[in-house]
Amino acid sequence: MKTARDNAEKIKEISGANPQKCMKCGKCSATCPAFNEMDIKPHQFVSYVAEENIDALMQSETLWKCLSCFACVERCPRDVKPGKLIDAARQMVVRQRGADYLKAEEIPELLDPELPQQLLVSAFRRYKR
Amino acid sequence: MVYSYFPGCTLKTKAKDLDRYGRESAKALGFELEEIENWQCCGGVYPLGTDEIASKLSSVRALNDAKEKGQDLVTLCSACHHVIKRVNDDMKNVEDIRTRANNYMQLEQPYEGETNVLHYLEVLRDRVGFDELKKKVVKPLTGRKIGAYYGCLLLRPSSVLAFDDPENPTIIEDFIRAIGAEPVIYGYRNECCGGYISLKEKEMSGKMVDRIMDSAAGMGAEELITACPLCLYNLNTSTSANKLPVHYFTELLAEALGLKEEVQE
Amino acid sequence: MQRIGVFVCHCGSNIAATVDVKKVVEMAKLEPGVVHAEDYQYMCSEAGQAKIDAAIKEKGLTGMVVCSCSPRMHETTFRKAAERAGLNPYMVEIANIREHCSWIHKDMEEATKKAVILMRAAVAKVNLNAPLQPGESRVTKRALVIGGGIAGIQTAIDIADAGYEVDIVEKEPSIGGRMSQIDKTFPTLDCSACILTPKMVEASAHEKITLYTYSEVEKVSGFVGDFTVDIRKKARSVDMDKCTGCGVCQEKCPSKKTPSEFNRGLSNRSAIYTPFAQAIPNVPVIDREHCIKFKTGKCGVCSKVCQAGAIDYDQKDEIITQKYGAIVVATGFDMIKLDKYDEYAYNQSPDVITSLELERIMNAAGPTKGHLERMSDHKAPKKMVFVQCVGSRCSDERGKSYCSKICCMYTAKHAMLIRDKYPDVDVTVFYIDVRTPGKNFDEFYRRAVEEYGVHYIKGQVGKVVPQENGQLLVQASDLLDNKQILMEADMVVLAAAIEPNPDVRKIATMLTASIDTNNFLTEAHAKLRPVESPTAGIFLSGVCQGPKDIPETVSQAGAAAVKAIGLLAKDKLMTNPCTAKPDELLCNGCSTCANVCPYGAISYIDKEVNDHGIREVRRIAQVNSALCQGCGACTVACPSGSMDLQGFSNRQILAEVDAICR
Repeated sequence: MKTARDNAEKIKEISGANPQKCMKCGKCSATCPAFNEMDIKPHQFVSYVAEENIDALMQSETLWKCLSCFACVERCPRDVKPGKLIDAARQMVVRQRGADYLKAEEIPELLDPELPQQLLVSAFRRYKR
Repeated sequence: MVYSYFPGCTLKTKAKDLDRYGRESAKALGFELEEIENWQCCGGVYPLGTDEIASKLSSVRALNDAKEKGQDLVTLCSACHHVIKRVNDDMKNVEDIRTRANNYMQLEQPYEGETNVLHYLEVLRDRVGFDELKKKVVKPLTGRKIGAYYGCLLLRPSSVLAFDDPENPTIIEDFIRAIGAEPVIYGYRNECCGGYISLKEKEMSGKMVDRIMDSAAGMGAEELITACPLCLYNLNTSTSANKLPVHYFTELLAEALGLKEEVQE
Repeated sequence: MQRIGVFVCHCGSNIAATVDVKKVVEMAKLEPGVVHAEDYQYMCSEAGQAKIDAAIKEKGLTGMVVCSCSPRMHETTFRKAAERAGLNPYMVEIANIREHCSWIHKDMEEATKKAVILMRAAVAKVNLNAPLQPGESRVTKRALVIGGGIAGIQTAIDIADAGYEVDIVEKEPSIGGRMSQIDKTFPTLDCSACILTPKMVEASAHEKITLYTYSEVEKVSGFVGDFTVDIRKKARSVDMDKCTGCGVCQEKCPSKKTPSEFNRGLSNRSAIYTPFAQAIPNVPVIDREHCIKFKTGKCGVCSKVCQAGAIDYDQKDEIITQKYGAIVVATGFDMIKLDKYDEYAYNQSPDVITSLELERIMNAAGPTKGHLERMSDHKAPKKMVFVQCVGSRCSDERGKSYCSKICCMYTAKHAMLIRDKYPDVDVTVFYIDVRTPGKNFDEFYRRAVEEYGVHYIKGQVGKVVPQENGQLLVQASDLLDNKQILMEADMVVLAAAIEPNPDVRKIATMLTASIDTNNFLTEAHAKLRPVESPTAGIFLSGVCQGPKDIPETVSQAGAAAVKAIGLLAKDKLMTNPCTAKPDELLCNGCSTCANVCPYGAISYIDKEVNDHGIREVRRIAQVNSALCQGCGACTVACPSGSMDLQGFSNRQILAEVDAICR
């Protein structure tokens, strides 16, 4: 059984980001285009990793709402890379729990004639292994 | 000048226009895009995990192919450009990824990030030159008010992409000027369109593209151009009253060079 | 043979907790030449020094080693103690068993071993030490102050009041610096010009102060007490003696399109100009880059309208060479460029401005004559947003790692002044922390909130979007409410980080004064010598040393003056006797040493030498010990091994190495 500390360390390792550098300015949350859809906001996400509050993160909707648009990474004054932390947590969920956010059976229903291949490829990369 | 060219999955299917207009225009501008043999899909999004190797290998193959030919590697799709450029940066600067990728690839010569990765727009700016491009324009798009939609992938993270100022870019605006039209600058040109979220969260991506449309239309744009098939798709789903037509930048390039009909035939 | 005493300090538990001091004493007694060894809790204390005194006298010591902290800390203390007991101070060596040993090791056995080795090396050196006598050098009773802002002005006045001549070199056409651009000062809200201009007048009228405005330091040579400085007085193109300061030339000048540096580019000035009305000296300069006469040869309007005949197009730059005993650096600061922060749209909207630009807008002599208005359409704003920490406290390469210190307070000031004068303007401040350490500072900030109704929201701004309706959309965090805020504003004011004046690098290099990674000048000691550079004779005044507000700057300016006065008050300075010295018989006159000497201390003479009975005239090196700083570059470069550093001879160094390797 992995402890919260192991998981927090793993998130830091996968992301290459250091939540301790955060000065809690909130610029990530100020800049996030998906802010309103997230239950744990980007600046909170950083604190959660620092505090090793990992269970909450792994249940979080935020994992599936982050767009990896890197606005927070680009604008963060402390080089904390919140977007990378979120992606690392998402990968950990996918690796541990298997991907259940997007199932292959759902796809036909989601298609439309204009939908580019790129969208399916990207979505699978993010939601599945 | 001959460049190695990585078209990517979508340019062979839904985004044929981005590809066709780009290739034809290249000929007119004096450079050639030589498609890499047996290229494999870039994966659409850059695998952020520092421990992910397998998902970076398709980019390494393309990069190494270009290296062996001694050519720069050009892409048209923003996503392919983003993924390949970032993997190249890893191969150049991240020892762990470089070692593990090369251990797997077993190339004759290890690949260490030697290839220069260019987006088509960078070729226009840095190799052809916008002044040269302007001279070759036969049908200037005079009077058209065009908003550049950059999105995320070309600009961020700027430390790796090094494409333009990530907060106040000018390359597409300069391109718009070169083809005789008027660029319209608006605040949301570098904000996300929703990306892959539009597969399952249509409402969410809808809000995001509406905001982009409102911002662009508000500042007086009458159409938008982009380099990304997914951005184009998402922008086209906008239900805003301000919804603008969206084109690939290569389409307008071909139009200005007088090649559009030719390509369509 | 020397008679050496070894004194091992516990430094409380600083050393004794990690190093077995008794063992070091025991081992010292076995070293050649050592006739006495003891340990004590605090060797630097009066009781500790008394032990040294007693041992020197009772045991007839000819040399001593103190095993203690860094020589930077207490070498002087122990040398003085030795001197009082009749021992030449250069017979004292320090073995640093604290910083180099106890503080960086954990294992007692290992640390003790190392402490013994360090002690041995020092003993080996003392065995070869010889008494040295310091020389003397003269002190030029004149100070140079580089920079004519409030820091430089205050330092100059204080030194001049003590009776010494002072020259101020200021690169702008007027003294006054940043403070002259500021409208009001916190926390008292008095008018900046009202308190600064009397100081400017005082400096200019002081019989002991000479102002060199529109001038720059070009070259510095010499050393503490005896610097020689070349000052370039740039051609003003106006005769300072003839000009009456009537201002007609500026009115009539047809070239009026140059952005005014003083108004931060918010208004234009003429090519012939004084930066502001109260400028001192009140003599304009011609900006030759923008002057039509200089660009095309045609014009000459200023010359025609000048009743005093003061315009002189042929004026040339002038080099003034002057000697100084002390130099004070007061080069000040500027705001960082915001090119890399365009998420705040500074380059995209004229209504996004810096705080210093707002100072000019608020100032009655500024581009809007003191009316608060937007630069885009000159309309009065109804809603203003202030963004704190733009480029401060950043660990990326865009910004600065430090807190700029003044922004929290000046923003509270701006917010309060705006609410006072324009009660219908809504003011919101986005902050990360509000930092108000200072007398009456927090009370001041609270007044802005409680009495003036300024909205303070904890959270940074992420993006500013110029909109079609002319307003700015501010996207920000409200961290206490856990919300993302979208707020329209008419103006956005950015508290841009401050940075040392970019010219300071060049000046620091000329002065061989050290500078940190942020271009702030380094103090000799962060706590105990905060206004001195480690380079003797160089003093620091104002923001060139670190971010500070006006009262702190003035305090530091006074402190720097006192240090400079302390130096100027001396008639002679003792020089360091640890200078280079050639062995005349080994020198072959090759000039290698002279080529590497950074101080120009080595010359050559033809001298008759007696080389084992052969008398001949040879070209040999000669060291000017007043100029030599004892850096040792020549001793390393010398191919024949002739050049040696007194107190650090090759033999002594090798003896230390041998002792360590034993």
